[in-house]
Order: sequence, then structure tokens, then C-alpha cells
Amino acid sequence: MSTIITRRALVGGGSLGAGLLLSGCDRLIQNPTVSDLIHSEDRLHRSLQQALTNPSTLAPEYRPEQMSPVFRANGSLNPGGELYNGWVADNFQSYRLVIDGLVNRPLSLSMAQIKSMPARTQITKHDCVEGWTAIGQWHGPTVGSLLKLAGVKTNAKYIVFHCADHYRGAPNPYYESLDMFDAFHPQTILAWAMNGQPVTVAHGAPLRLRAERHLGYKQAKYVTRLEAVESFAHIQGGHGGYWEDNVDYDWYGGL
Amino acid sequence: MSASLADSAPAAEHEDAAPPARYLYKHKLWTRLWHWTNVFVFFIMVGSGLGILNAHPHLYWGDHGAQPDHPWLELPHWPGWATIPGSYNLALSRRWHLFFALILAFNLLIFMIVSLANKHFQRDLAIKPREIAPGHLWYDIKEHLALRFHDAANPTAFNVLQKIAYASVIFVMLPLIIFTGLSLSPGINASWPWLLELFGGRASARSIHFLAMVGLLGFVIVHLALVILAGPIREVRSMITGFWKAPEEH
Repeated sequence: MSTIITRRALVGGGSLGAGLLLSGCDRLIQNPTVSDLIHSEDRLHRSLQQALTNPSTLAPEYRPEQMSPVFRANGSLNPGGELYNGWVADNFQSYRLVIDGLVNRPLSLSMAQIKSMPARTQITKHDCVEGWTAIGQWHGPTVGSLLKLAGVKTNAKYIVFHCADHYRGAPNPYYESLDMFDAFHPQTILAWAMNGQPVTVAHGAPLRLRAERHLGYKQAKYVTRLEAVESFAHIQGGHGGYWEDNVDYDWYGGL
Repeated sequence: MSASLADSAPAAEHEDAAPPARYLYKHKLWTRLWHWTNVFVFFIMVGSGLGILNAHPHLYWGDHGAQPDHPWLELPHWPGWATIPGSYNLALSRRWHLFFALILAFNLLIFMIVSLANKHFQRDLAIKPREIAPGHLWYDIKEHLALRFHDAANPTAFNVLQKIAYASVIFVMLPLIIFTGLSLSPGINASWPWLLELFGGRASARSIHFLAMVGLLGFVIVHLALVILAGPIREVRSMITGFWKAPEEH
């Protein structure tokens, strides 16, 4: 009998311990040393992926019949505001894509010019950080071909994608960034068509970044400006993207 | 002289005196380190994983899965006591999950290499053909139901149900949860597309990742129950010190 009580006490003690450990976890999470260690996962995974895999490989592409019947739109669904509403009203004729920063020839391109460029068509999956996946077809010029037109200087390390939307009324507009390798990756495009139609407002009209080896939050919508920079530390919160600044998502976004 | 003293002692006293405890070396240092690291890491992986799952608690089969696709499983939101951190924070859950995923995976890799090198797998875990004969399996199930877990002739050896459980964790469930986890990474998808094909698409890989967690959690619950039934102090002590106190022979 006494052994049974001992066993029960042990089980009880074990679950109490688990409870304490759980509440202790939240205190541990706040600890700056622990936080720094945990945050190193972004760099560790990026280095490991680049060391163990061939970084020039393409993201899987799918057949038309494998596409999501409905591609869910999320994030900002309409940037609104006088400027953007004006673009929508004139079917993006007055819209210009600016390419500047560390480039030899700063550019301001109309949608007609962008649509006249050679384009890539790719049916790829969109993996949201939340865990869902949708498959859609995207069509537009590669970011690499646009950057070649502008002539990126050798000291540029990143391309920052500035956007027209303020997510949920945020004071600063949405932005994202890629390193040069991913900016020049053959599947990194500025899509002006989705599923055979011009990109809709809900999906990021007129131009949406597709960086197919990354999570959904890297696929910036409503792109208005490509800025070549040596560092993004001076831009907004300094972490290279809206979600990176505001909720601490990892910058690499490759897993 | 001493022999004659022993001989002259009354027989009754012999029976009352407890025989000296027999301690057998059962668990190697590497096995113990792996085990206790896993206790810590698995706890964090489940908690942070459920935190991530709260962002989209719907599971699908196939290449894609999102509203309005039809999920095969709709899960409830996991309460704060089950998640890391205790209140919803997808970014932090991911940070913890992805950091400890590295430890889980490399810990398993090191354990596998060491256990092949020190012959732990070959000696203790390899299932012999006679052990999976239906008659022997049935015998071992009956022994478990009678709460007899150890072969008196070879008390430190694993019984066949133990071998099957441990081998399925080491060679099936843990590799499955690691590789399905890897195949959720769009970066890995580009480099190793065969992994995604193997699991039948990303939505399927995510479902299998969850099911592997359920399987491992099931193992942990049964494992803890059997440790308690087999004598928790003796079992936990052997996993800390390596030395297992052999049960008295009947």
C-alpha cells in the first residue's frame, strides 16, 4: 500500500514539476542571454541550409491542375489612400516602379515598360508562416533583369522592397528585403499577373514580389520601389522587414 | 574459521537478512545523455509546436491546404499551459521550435553514430528472429500484463516489446518528425524536392509531422507508465547513474 502512495506522490510531483517548468519557461524566454541564444536559430539555419544544400536549385513548380482552386488573400487587402486609389482608378497608368539606392542608373518604370520585358511564368506554392499552403501561377520579369537594367553597384548587399500598404494602419509602409543571391535567383520575380489575370488589389496589384524559396511574409505586395543597400540597419526598425521589425519573425524566412 | 562461523549460524537468520543489492551496469553514458537531453528538448518541441499549430489549427492532405480547402482534422486552440510561450506568439514559438529542432536532430544523429560504434544497437536493440515469433510476442504481452518486465536469466536485456518500442522511436518516429519538419521549409523544398514528393506534398508533410508528434507523445505516456509500474526509483536511478538494481530473485 505504501508503495502505491509513493508512486502517486511521484506522479503528482511530476505534474507539479511540469507546471512549474512551464511557468518558468515564460520567465526564461524573457532572459536576454536565453533570447539571444534562441534567436541565433535564424543564422544557424541559414548557414546550414547554404552549407548542406545547393542554393541555386529551383523551388518546386507545379502543373496547372495542381493549383489551389481558390488562392486565399491575406495581409493587407487594399492599401487605400489617395495615391493608391488614383493608381487603381487609372488602371496603374500613373504608377511608377522606382529602382534606386546603390545603382548606376536609377530608374522609374511604367507598367507598360515592365510588361514589355521578358517574363517568367511559374506555378509555385506559397507557404504562409502560419502553416497553410496555396499554389498559384505567377508571371512577371525577374528581379535580376530589372536590377541589371539599373546596374547594381558592387558594394550593394541587399535589395529592399518598399511597398504602398500600411499593414493595419501601421505608421510605416510594409517592406521586405533579400540578399543579392536571392534577389538574382531565377525564380525571384515581380509578378504583374496571377493565375492568368493581372494581379488583383487583394493580391498586391500592380506588382508583387515572388521569392519562392521563402515564406509568405517575404512575398511583398504593392511593391513601389527597389532600393539597393549595403545594410538595412537604418531602414525602419532595422531588421529588414515589417514583420521582422514588429513581431520578430526571422529575416531569412527560408523555413 | 569464518566458514565454520557461517555454518553455525541459525538458518532463520539467513532468511531475514536482506541479500546484498546487486547493481548491474545497464545504460551507457551516451545513452543517458541522449535520454535526458530528449526529455528537455521533446518537452520544448511539443510546447512550441502546439504554439505554432495555434496559428492555423487545420490539417490537410496534398500539395496545398488553406481556406477554403477541406481539412481532414480541425483542432482546438491549445491552452496556454500547453504552449511555449504561454500566450500566443507565433514568432517566439517558431524561434524556440527551430532552435531546439537543431538539438533534437543532431542529438539523434550523434546518438546513432555512437550507438553503432559502441555496438549498443547491435547488442541491445537488434530484434532476434525468435523474439518476433508470434508465440514469443504473445508470451511477452502476457508477462507485461502480469507486470513482469525482466528476464530473470538476463535482467538487463530489453524485452521484445521494449525493443520494438525503442526501435520505432529511434528509427521511425524521430527521423519521420525531423524529415517532415525539414520538408516544411521552402528553402529545403528547393534543394531537396524529393523529400516533399516522398511525403506527398507540403500539406501532407505537415499532417504527418503532427501525427508523428502524437505517436511520440503516446510513446512517452506509455514509457512513463511502465517506468512507474517497473519501480520508478530503480528505473530513474539507473538512467541517471547507469547502474540498475536487479530485482530480488523469487
